[in-house]
Amino acid sequence: MAEVTLTIDGREVKAEEGTTILEAAQSAGFDIPNLCYHPMLAPYGACRLCMVEIERGKRTRLVSSCVYPVEDGLTVYTESDRVVKGRKMLLEFLWARAPGCKAIRDYGTRYGISGMESIREFGEAYGAAASKTKFEIEPTFCVLCGLCVRYCAEIKKKNAIGFIGRGTEREVMFFPEIAREECPQCEECFSVCPTGLVRLMFDLVKEPQSP
Amino acid sequence: MPKLNSASDLENLRQEVVSKRDPNKLCVTICSGTGCRAYGSEQVAETFAEELSKNGLKDKVDIRRTGCHGFCERGTLVVIFPEEICYLKVKPDDVPEIVSTTLQEGKVVDRLLYEKSDGEKVVHESEIPFYSNQNRTVFGNNRFIDPKKIDDYLALGGYKAISKALFDLSPEQVMDEVKAANLRGRGGGGFPAGIKWETTRDAPDEPKYVIVNADEGDPGAYMDRSLLEGNPHSVLEGLTIGAYAIGSHQGFIYVRQEYPLAVENLNIAIEQAREHGLLGENILGSGFNFDVTVHRGAGAFVSGESSALMTAIEGKVGEPRPKYIRTATSGIWDKPSDLNNVETWATVPLIINKGADWFTGIGTDRSKGTKIFSLVGKVNNTGLVEVPMGTTIREIIYNIGGGIPGGKKFKAVQTGGPSGGVIPESLIDLPVDYDELARAGSMMGSGGMIVMDEDTCMVDIARYYLNFLAGESCGKCVPCREGIYQMLKILNRICDGEGQDGDIELLEEIGEVVRDFSLCALGATAPNPVLSTISYFRDEYEAHIKEKRCPAGVCKSLISYYIDPDKCQACMICLRNCPVGAISGDKNVIHVIDQDKCTKCGTCFEVCPSRFGAVKKISGEELPEAVPAGTPVKREKGGKNG
Repeated sequence: MAEVTLTIDGREVKAEEGTTILEAAQSAGFDIPNLCYHPMLAPYGACRLCMVEIERGKRTRLVSSCVYPVEDGLTVYTESDRVVKGRKMLLEFLWARAPGCKAIRDYGTRYGISGMESIREFGEAYGAAASKTKFEIEPTFCVLCGLCVRYCAEIKKKNAIGFIGRGTEREVMFFPEIAREECPQCEECFSVCPTGLVRLMFDLVKEPQSP
Repeated sequence: MPKLNSASDLENLRQEVVSKRDPNKLCVTICSGTGCRAYGSEQVAETFAEELSKNGLKDKVDIRRTGCHGFCERGTLVVIFPEEICYLKVKPDDVPEIVSTTLQEGKVVDRLLYEKSDGEKVVHESEIPFYSNQNRTVFGNNRFIDPKKIDDYLALGGYKAISKALFDLSPEQVMDEVKAANLRGRGGGGFPAGIKWETTRDAPDEPKYVIVNADEGDPGAYMDRSLLEGNPHSVLEGLTIGAYAIGSHQGFIYVRQEYPLAVENLNIAIEQAREHGLLGENILGSGFNFDVTVHRGAGAFVSGESSALMTAIEGKVGEPRPKYIRTATSGIWDKPSDLNNVETWATVPLIINKGADWFTGIGTDRSKGTKIFSLVGKVNNTGLVEVPMGTTIREIIYNIGGGIPGGKKFKAVQTGGPSGGVIPESLIDLPVDYDELARAGSMMGSGGMIVMDEDTCMVDIARYYLNFLAGESCGKCVPCREGIYQMLKILNRICDGEGQDGDIELLEEIGEVVRDFSLCALGATAPNPVLSTISYFRDEYEAHIKEKRCPAGVCKSLISYYIDPDKCQACMICLRNCPVGAISGDKNVIHVIDQDKCTKCGTCFEVCPSRFGAVKKISGEELPEAVPAGTPVKREKGGKNG
């Protein structure tokens, strides 16, 4: 594989052709926020936290670094004003859905978003910090990163869990017929879930529910 | 039907079809597009058939059920050839009179003609201002063609362009012609079709696919539907020409399940084209193979987005995928896939037949040719309108659309569907093309044009579109899913009278992030309705938030109805019509609205006789104190019971 050289935040970085900006940045020690990226899974580009600004000539544009392939001579800004502004807003959107999620809290703290650092547990979220955050807390406890769904489909090839609905109605759902067969001896998706919801959801399908 | 095996076979068949037709024979064409069908055009057509046989005219008069003519406001449309007598709003009951008066006696039925504002009647279809101010190059053939009959298309020179392309031009020449014509995509972004074709052609991978995007889903837009329903062969011919230029042998037509007539007519057209050797193996004996598959959508607006559409054709959930390689290079099953919209494909045969120079002679500097718009909303002549690029909004709305009903004032026009924005009255002389609309903060989109009058609340309009988009966002990426939701929440509270200081700025802030960070074009353009209404109608937002007033009197939480005791004549009309019994009063007793019961439906306002004008709609002002129950009516001097 040919090697390309790109500039990330002013530093020259070498990377193999065919890798993504995120991978190149990570190997060079940059910490670009992300929720839906997983090194074992195909790029998904949904959380948009890893968006970076790239420069080509006079033009700059925002791209998701987990998808965009490295190019020779590419200039990347991982923390430009536009990037940080959007990233903060996305974190606040997500916080309203999954208050207490450690990954979001850590990123929020890093970007100085007030109101996030104080909440440690799901239970505290209700009401407690609603006034401090930008958007009203309306928890679903899921950020829809799709790690569980994609891990099950791509690595385990079981498709025991999937998405239903669209827009804000979209949610993750175990398919009980498959899940009862396949999941008890696996449970590997529990460890990729950033909010911990998938473990709770599995408890609901494990046993047939009484009507 | 033996397959056509050469260009001359096609010409011979065409001659045969034409020679069997007598141009002087009477022919009743009945618009059978979806709009006219809703008015009952099928019954009109059946009544014509019955009346003709009853009067022994069956062999003397032809009946043709055509595609949409465009003047949907006045359906069912009936045009009688060769004289082109145009009757509007024809009902089955009108048919016997048309048959006896026009078909038998050769006279015109005056009452069914178009009437100009000065009372003058117009006999011929092409002289009606709605039509005469248009330039119907792509859409015009609809009215001559029965979409279920390939002969009608052949008689008008159909499939001449594919024959010319296959036998007289190399694929490169076809491509060059389309590039020289600078045909820009009619579906939204306006990307040059020829360049897209070239990208797919030059992509190293095989096989290559060509696709028709017939997933038109913007509220109020139906031009692609009408083209596909009314002239499906023109789309097939264009697609085949594109396939030849690109080197593709497999096409897909992605059409909405919600368009049953389009699917039906398309499938018939494909079958006929195959039978004639115009699709399939060895087209017209040229050695070129190409066939198409119809893929029906499942009702998701986002599937009109190119990567989502291709994912859907692969058999997966129609969700966009993040890719920085264009679908023209890596699309369906990662193979080069060229996607163009219905209208774009239908324009291709015209360019091949008439040449790029003809095409570039129409339109503006950077937007060539004509564009079909669906002109709807608060306009007198709703329908489908085809005009050269660069025609001004004023010309479209006033000369063709006949202005705003009820003498109301024009306020704005929304273009480009949910991805577009509003153009205010101050820009009414804006020439409509891709770049001018984009500069004004809107977009061409697929060509929806929704006209709004002074009674339209712009905050409410933004809310309407955001609500649509909230339901259509696939929910995959965070900015689109959560950002639209949060913007909608803010708009809802503004319309509910609970807007707060800073809401406008917050909308702008969220809008910018949703635009910049979303995964696909649906999200990236979703803030447009909000941002463009804020930029042109910020005062309306402010009135809602600061004064709790809806200037257009639309937002229910911000308006009240009130009966002026000095004007009320106690006629009991509003009292009887109020659906929730919120009005009290009696004969000779002033009527009073119980504000707690009132649902603000506006019925009292509408039914109060205009000579009284007692019911008032107020917004942003203190409600005058109600008169005590039982207060007698004040009569004008000379009134009885005075």
